[in-house]
Amino acid sequence: MGVNDMISTFEVVRNEQRCIQCRVCETQCANLVHYYHPDTGLMMSDESKCVNCQRCVALCPTRALKIMKNRCRMRENANWSQDTILEIYKQADSGAVLLSSMGNPNPLPVYWDRILINASQVTNPPIDPLREPMETRVYLGRKPEQISRKEDGSLDTKLAPQLQLSLPVMFSAMSYGSISYNAHASLARAATELGIYYNTGEGGLHQDFYRYGAHTIIQVASGRFGVHKDYLEAGAAVEIKMGQGAKPGIGGHLPGTKIVGDVSRTRMIPEGTDAISPAPHHDIYSIEDLRQLVYSLKEATEYKKPIIVKVAAVHNIAAIASGIARSGADIIAIDGFRGGTGAAPTRIRDNVGIPIELALAAVDTRLREEGIRNRVSLVVGGSIRSASDVVKAIALGADACYVATAAVLALGCHLCRTCQTGKCNWGIATQRPDLVKRLNPDVGSERLVNLMNAWKHEIKELLGGMGINSIEALRGNRLMLRGVGMTEKELEILGIAHAGE
Amino acid sequence: MKRINADQVHFRDLNEQLRNSNGEVELRNVCGQRFIAAGFSRRNIDIHGVPGNALGAYLDGATITVHGNAQDAVGDTMNEGEIIVHGNIGDATGYAMRGGKIYVKGNAGYRAGIHMKAYAEKYPVLLIGGRTGSFLGEYQAGGLIIVLGLYEGQEPIVGNFPGTGMHGGKMLIRSTCEDIRFPGQVTAQSATKEDLEQVRAHIERFCELFGYNVEEILDAPFTVVTPDSKNPYKQMYVQN
Repeated sequence: MGVNDMISTFEVVRNEQRCIQCRVCETQCANLVHYYHPDTGLMMSDESKCVNCQRCVALCPTRALKIMKNRCRMRENANWSQDTILEIYKQADSGAVLLSSMGNPNPLPVYWDRILINASQVTNPPIDPLREPMETRVYLGRKPEQISRKEDGSLDTKLAPQLQLSLPVMFSAMSYGSISYNAHASLARAATELGIYYNTGEGGLHQDFYRYGAHTIIQVASGRFGVHKDYLEAGAAVEIKMGQGAKPGIGGHLPGTKIVGDVSRTRMIPEGTDAISPAPHHDIYSIEDLRQLVYSLKEATEYKKPIIVKVAAVHNIAAIASGIARSGADIIAIDGFRGGTGAAPTRIRDNVGIPIELALAAVDTRLREEGIRNRVSLVVGGSIRSASDVVKAIALGADACYVATAAVLALGCHLCRTCQTGKCNWGIATQRPDLVKRLNPDVGSERLVNLMNAWKHEIKELLGGMGINSIEALRGNRLMLRGVGMTEKELEILGIAHAGE
Repeated sequence: MKRINADQVHFRDLNEQLRNSNGEVELRNVCGQRFIAAGFSRRNIDIHGVPGNALGAYLDGATITVHGNAQDAVGDTMNEGEIIVHGNIGDATGYAMRGGKIYVKGNAGYRAGIHMKAYAEKYPVLLIGGRTGSFLGEYQAGGLIIVLGLYEGQEPIVGNFPGTGMHGGKMLIRSTCEDIRFPGQVTAQSATKEDLEQVRAHIERFCELFGYNVEEILDAPFTVVTPDSKNPYKQMYVQN
């Protein structure tokens, strides 16, 4: 018995008068919290195993359950929080690196919440989206820098390959392996129906999902899992993963225990072998090297697909983005420090990287100053939580947003942040067949479509309120934003005025 | 056989010409053009000159023969096919290759066979005739790397840190490797007759390609290197 066993994070509160001992909670909990005690005829719980995923609460037919923050607390200490102390216990017990999942949960500033959007009053009247056509379609890819003509004088209308999105939101990279088959099926179907894209992540593309290829972004990461000719040809775009907001500067290890069956086939590695994505690409040490990977992919796909380079938002992001724009990439995806993950070392997730709002503003400004903004589209993620976050991102200079946490929430995720255990009771971050089947792709894809359609309508309303009728007219239009409660420096980096100015 | 003069031709145009040819193709005067035959299948390509980086990246079944040296990242993420180099080769040869074979007559640079894989019937083979630089087979996850040490000079047969992070596959080095320091998570031991019999076909192919005698090559001590675990990071994490 270690000292860390004394305190459970959560408390299972069961209303005995309501409980009918139907044992649904027991069958639903992959963490084995609930059990039936035959002698007393009562349901019992081992709350030390509870992760507060709310599955039992949601499925209890008599609403007999509540999961509470454990009232049994250690003595309060503003410096040594209970979480910090428990982390020390875990490491003293194991000698191991702390592993967490989903985005940084700490109370660091969320700049989206300090930015306010303009609206028209009296002059320049607002536009009613119910009455007027509003354009939410965007195209991602390199734009021409000048008008060019053919020899006969006619306009040269041949453009670099573009992704067409019905609204400026895409589902960002989540690999098959980190999430389930049914979660991928939901994303693929929803992206196709919505006219947007989902992203395979670095785990390859399951054979069943090649038919959604026209709405799939395929990823090439340092481990090169599942990367082969058919895979490169299947997607609408190829994303080179250099970094991820939740774990900038490090790679990923999908443990061998998760490399089973289809996951092994899709990654094209043997069952039971760790899937190691090393921190660097072994062949990329410079922008010139990145250019080499960009062009090898362009050659292999015959220049038919845009190449995306995804990086984490880090301190020198503006200079990095400038280099990427010059590497021949068509789209830069930047992932902020709040981005989610299926597993990341806690210390990295919580302490490395910078907010996406500041990174985006810095990159857009830098690329404009250097006159190369049109060479690339900018996609930002980590974390975009709502239609208003999308609108603010576009006004700060993004072409589109990536969402993943919002998408898995739509699929039923309750943000319990224990994806790394592989025991997701909602059938999302798991490969256990009995758990995966809890997520019905028919329902999942419908919920994703609902969410995006709702956002689309909200985007239109926000645009209309500003008297703007297209996303294109909002991009980089920072006059539509004002800051509240920010320092001069923060406003300067964001390139926006304070409210009242 | 179709002949293409690559003199002063941009890699994009060169690949376009290659794409429009079938069967046997000969490239003359190649001088540093990158990405030659990236993603190609079903062709025999003979290269005279020095091809640039990422030769045969994502190769999917073509055969490439280089009559000269090759540069970096040859056979990057290769899936199937054969690359034969009658000279030396640069860094990161066969990065993450999953299938197919690469035969190099001369020496290889740093990080040869890095993160090689294997999957189902796919079993990549990288055979280096000479010596290799540091980080041979780093993160190796599958497949076979053979280094024969047919070179002149006093340098060791492989550079520093061979097999760092190795968690699958096998390396065979034609040396007792007494002076080579291997990392803690691999086992290096003298190859048995069975070990050599298993790879004999690859060495025969090497000899056939470059004019060596199989028995002479096999008549020397070999060291076989294998990882101790396919899950090297199992104990590294605790759930938080």
